[in-house]
Amino acid sequence: MPSIESLNQIGLNHYLALSAIIFSFGMIGVLMRKNVIVMLMSIELMLNAVNLSFIAFSNFTANLNGQIMVFFVMTIAAAEAGVGLAIAVMIYKKFKEINIRYFEQLRG
Amino acid sequence: MLLSALIFLPVLFGLAVLALPKQLVRPVSLALSLVHFIASLLLFRNFDPTSAGLQLVEQKPWMPDIGITYFLGLDGISFWLVILTTFLTPLVILGSWKSIDHKIKGFHSALFFLTATMVGSFLALDGILFYIFFEASLIPMYFMIGIWGGARRLYATVKFFIYTMFGSLFMLVAIVALMFMAEQQLGQMSSSLLDWYKLEIPFVGGELLSTQTLLMFAFALAFAIKVPMFPFHTWLPDAHVEAPTPGSVILAAVMLKMGTYGFLRFVLPMFPEAVDYWTWLFIFLGVVGIVYGALVAMVQPDIKKLVAYSSVSHMGYVIVGLFAMNAFGTTGGLYQMLNHGVSTGALFLLVGMIYERTHSREVNAYGGLAKVAPWYTIIFLIVTMSSIAVPMTNGFVGEFLILLGLFKAHPIFAIIATTGVVLGATYMLWMVKRVFFGPESAMVKEHAAHGGMDLNWREKLVMAPLVTLIFWMGLFPNHFLNYSKSSIDHLLENRMHYQLQVDNSSSPLKVVDQRGVN
Amino acid sequence: MDQNSLLFAILLGAPLVGFFINGLNFRSHNSKLSGSIATGAAIISFIAAALLVKELIHLPPEARQIKSSFFSWMAVGDFSVDAAFLVDAISAIMILVITGVGSLIHLFSVGYMAHDEKPAKYFAYLNLFLFNMLLLVLGDNLLVMFVGWEGVGLCSYLLIGFWYTDPAKAAAGMKAFITNRIGDAGFLIGIFILFLTFGTVTFTDLLSRLPSVAEVGWTGPITLASLALFIGATGKSAQMPLYVWLPDAMAGPTPVSALIHAATMVTAGVYMIVRLSGLFVLAPNAMLVVACVGAFTALFAATIGLTQWDIKKVLAYSTVSQLGYMFLAAGVGAFGAAMFHLMTHAFFKALMFLGSGSVIHAMHEEQDIRKMGGLRKQMPITHATFFVGWLAIIGFPMLSGFMSKDEILWKSYSSSAGHPLLWFVGVVAAACTSFYMTRLMALTFWGGSRVPKETHPHESPPTMTIPLIVLGILSLVGGWIGIPHVIGALIPGHPENYLEHWLAPALATVPMEEGSSILEFSLMGISVSLAAIAAWFAFDFYVVHPERPKAVAAWFGRFYEAVSNKYWVDEIYQARIIQPIVDGSKALWAYVDVGFVDRLTYFASDVVLGAGGMLRSMQNGRTQQYALYIALGLAITIYWVLVG
Repeated sequence: MPSIESLNQIGLNHYLALSAIIFSFGMIGVLMRKNVIVMLMSIELMLNAVNLSFIAFSNFTANLNGQIMVFFVMTIAAAEAGVGLAIAVMIYKKFKEINIRYFEQLRG
Repeated sequence: MLLSALIFLPVLFGLAVLALPKQLVRPVSLALSLVHFIASLLLFRNFDPTSAGLQLVEQKPWMPDIGITYFLGLDGISFWLVILTTFLTPLVILGSWKSIDHKIKGFHSALFFLTATMVGSFLALDGILFYIFFEASLIPMYFMIGIWGGARRLYATVKFFIYTMFGSLFMLVAIVALMFMAEQQLGQMSSSLLDWYKLEIPFVGGELLSTQTLLMFAFALAFAIKVPMFPFHTWLPDAHVEAPTPGSVILAAVMLKMGTYGFLRFVLPMFPEAVDYWTWLFIFLGVVGIVYGALVAMVQPDIKKLVAYSSVSHMGYVIVGLFAMNAFGTTGGLYQMLNHGVSTGALFLLVGMIYERTHSREVNAYGGLAKVAPWYTIIFLIVTMSSIAVPMTNGFVGEFLILLGLFKAHPIFAIIATTGVVLGATYMLWMVKRVFFGPESAMVKEHAAHGGMDLNWREKLVMAPLVTLIFWMGLFPNHFLNYSKSSIDHLLENRMHYQLQVDNSSSPLKVVDQRGVN
Repeated sequence: MDQNSLLFAILLGAPLVGFFINGLNFRSHNSKLSGSIATGAAIISFIAAALLVKELIHLPPEARQIKSSFFSWMAVGDFSVDAAFLVDAISAIMILVITGVGSLIHLFSVGYMAHDEKPAKYFAYLNLFLFNMLLLVLGDNLLVMFVGWEGVGLCSYLLIGFWYTDPAKAAAGMKAFITNRIGDAGFLIGIFILFLTFGTVTFTDLLSRLPSVAEVGWTGPITLASLALFIGATGKSAQMPLYVWLPDAMAGPTPVSALIHAATMVTAGVYMIVRLSGLFVLAPNAMLVVACVGAFTALFAATIGLTQWDIKKVLAYSTVSQLGYMFLAAGVGAFGAAMFHLMTHAFFKALMFLGSGSVIHAMHEEQDIRKMGGLRKQMPITHATFFVGWLAIIGFPMLSGFMSKDEILWKSYSSSAGHPLLWFVGVVAAACTSFYMTRLMALTFWGGSRVPKETHPHESPPTMTIPLIVLGILSLVGGWIGIPHVIGALIPGHPENYLEHWLAPALATVPMEEGSSILEFSLMGISVSLAAIAAWFAFDFYVVHPERPKAVAAWFGRFYEAVSNKYWVDEIYQARIIQPIVDGSKALWAYVDVGFVDRLTYFASDVVLGAGGMLRSMQNGRTQQYALYIALGLAITIYWVLVG
């Protein structure tokens, strides 16, 4: 069982590195996957990676602003997921599939 | 206020026309354009031909922070061009009475806007204001060709628009550069021409990148495309062929003059050293234009295209005249601008009149027209004589002075240019021979069978002032030249350090402070 | 307005008014009315001219100039030209000839055009021509002269193409105008050089500002100006190499050929050189060119005349040839002789053209002399007057043509600017003239009739014969005002050479050798006897032994072919000059305009379009691709922030 000490040894850079790794996973997911649901999840992943770095910065600089920002991000993420899923449902209804390439049909 | 009125009256008219019931559009437009013309005749009362300064000046701050003013004025260089513009509008409206049969409101309104922008560009003495009018004139013309034009109207109108726009962009850059230069040298940004004339623009002979050379070419390119000078002329035949008759008339008679006017107003006085250094290039291109335009005109199968190429040739004369840089050449160049406006305008009107009847412009489809349309033939021949510069018509005075001036400055070029006198006669008379003489062609016979081939009273009424002017300008050129004389003399004598004074004595208006409040 | 200005105004104004009256009524078919108006105008003009000349005679010889300025035409910089007119000894002769012969030809036209569809238009043009011709000769400066110079060219264009429904006639008019324009371009350049050298275009000022020493070499301003003006003269007066329009100009109505293409307009070039004699004598090289071109044209056109079958074409080539004589005279400095021949030629050639018009009228528009013959019986008056003209042109002693032609030949031999070779060419040309004119007489009026059965030639009405008779009398006695000294010495009363005295103060001179009268007589004898032999040959060929010409033609072979095809000059011009220009222009249009300039602009627009197309393909609506751009942008930004 790790002690408090060892917990304290985790510095800002560790959080940031983790955040970057999660962000990259998310980004790769957005860029590579074709399934809209998965892409939305990946975006969620990227947003949460950012949230993580916000909280880390907030903690290490003793500034609450970062944590307040996280609430905003979470709100936006929820809204985005709502809109995104709604579009995905519509796409599914029309094409019986939720492949991202159907989004091309959105253009006028 | 007179000059502003001349610019904004037609704008008002253009809007008013839109509100009219359809059947009133033509007569009311004609009346309004006559009002505009008569208003422009007031200039004769208020203009003092003996003064070389700017008259009837109006100056108001517009964007004081960067020294842009609403600055209008008139001198001997712009005087006749303004009159020419206002003079042609009623004729064009009367001439297109029948040929424009759809969207007539839009057409007349576009015509009025066009008039406004053209008058504006001749009167503007602020670089930015000039640029705005210069560019704005493209818009009504774009619609005129694009909506009321022939089969390939879209191609032609886009080509016309992009070509001219392309040139003007360089001018815009140069205008901005000059405004900054004014800030450096005069301590205050300014786009007033009077300030620009004061600038000392560095010039190194032989160096293509020296400031004055670059600025000169930026302006010259815009104007050269507008004129059009060889080799920037290829938009012109297409635009003319596709444009409706009134569009062609305005385009040839006035819009091309905006280019040569630009040379006279901007290029010659603002960049004297660079112009001196590069004169040979302009003269060369002008002479090539004269000969080339004439040669290519000779083999055109389409009458309108032939007239369009003849414009290239005639505008070549104007250019060599202006750049001969002596009293004969420059006066002749200015005169030739008016001549070309009258005679080529008349030619386009005439071509339009016969096109309305036969719907053909093919030279080879015609023949024997003289027999079925004698009045038309007589007037066409008179205009032809003016176009090929037979003495006693206006064309001769212009061409003679230009060639005399050019001979004084560059004898060899003048001798080459003189071949244009022969070639001009060749292409016009050859066309006249094929269209009017010989036995009646099948097409002419067919249309003549319905009767009404000859001019009706309306068309005679359109041509009468033009024919009168052809002889008036040919027999009494002094009546016209006297108004420009002092301005041209002033330009030539002080070209290296050109200044224009605001002439208050004759102006009934007070000149507002140059640059507004700081 | 003083009296002289009024006379000028009437002189010039009468034909102009006539032009407007008939011109505005151009649809009228009434040849009597329109003809009377036009003829009346010409006669009024003639009376005014006579009164002006009377005024002139009363002045002392040195001051024989009447000037009148109407308004300032053009004033730009130091170039100022007035619409001003001048009558002096030279133009006095011209205005009398123009309005006098002009009136007769107007009168003749009334009969000739009686059955035409649009006589009013014809008479309007004829009056306009008179007006322009008078402008040309009366102009007191080069520019007013040029106005008339181009004006007569315009009228010539309109009148040659008068029956425009025939494409060949319309083409002839066009050819005349354009060929003249080539000359006019030269004339313009001459004006430029003179104005820029001497600062004036007024004749009197110009001649007073000339240097007193002749110019050597070819590139001095005076020589260049003289040559440029001479190019103008070759165009208007149908000299080599620009003579080609005149034979074609015969497409016009015959009285027009008489007035414009024989008596008046075509002599404008000679008149111009005589008017500027002071200039030309200062340019001996230019004079030499004038003389050589004149002599060569005289011979060249005369040989072509030998074989023509069209009555008017023979007369046309004869006119070219006679004009060559006038230039020969001017070129050797015998300006007076040039004017003299100009005048006598106006009489006898107008006579012959009108005579041919009378014949053509009688033959119902037939112009081929092979279908004539024996007309002397049906047309006695025409024949008699034509006979006088024939005697005059072949140089029958004491007739007008003899006087002037002999003067020219003698001067070309004796003048310091002349040369025996020039004289020789002139004499050979005179022999040719004698041959083809006799041939024309023989084929038209003498011998047996070859007239087709359906035509019935008849003598023309009095309006046509009266001018013929008047001109016939003038051709007989017109030469007596310029009787050469050697002959004058033999005649009782010893008449002087009045013309020479009249003209002398107005002309420049070159030194003339005072040759012995024996030499002059023997030269005269040679030319007269050669002409007589040639005439006898022609008579023998075409009246006595009509089968001979064919044999002789066969004997000449190639040469005959060349001559009868007019040396293929028209064909050569067409193939070597006109066609290449037309083809070249088509090539310019196809390759430079469409193929190069336009293609270049298309290329520019293609570049823009291509670049736009590339950018456009990025905007393809693929969400993930957009996300990739964002990611790449992020990567670049991070790289830039961290490393760059």
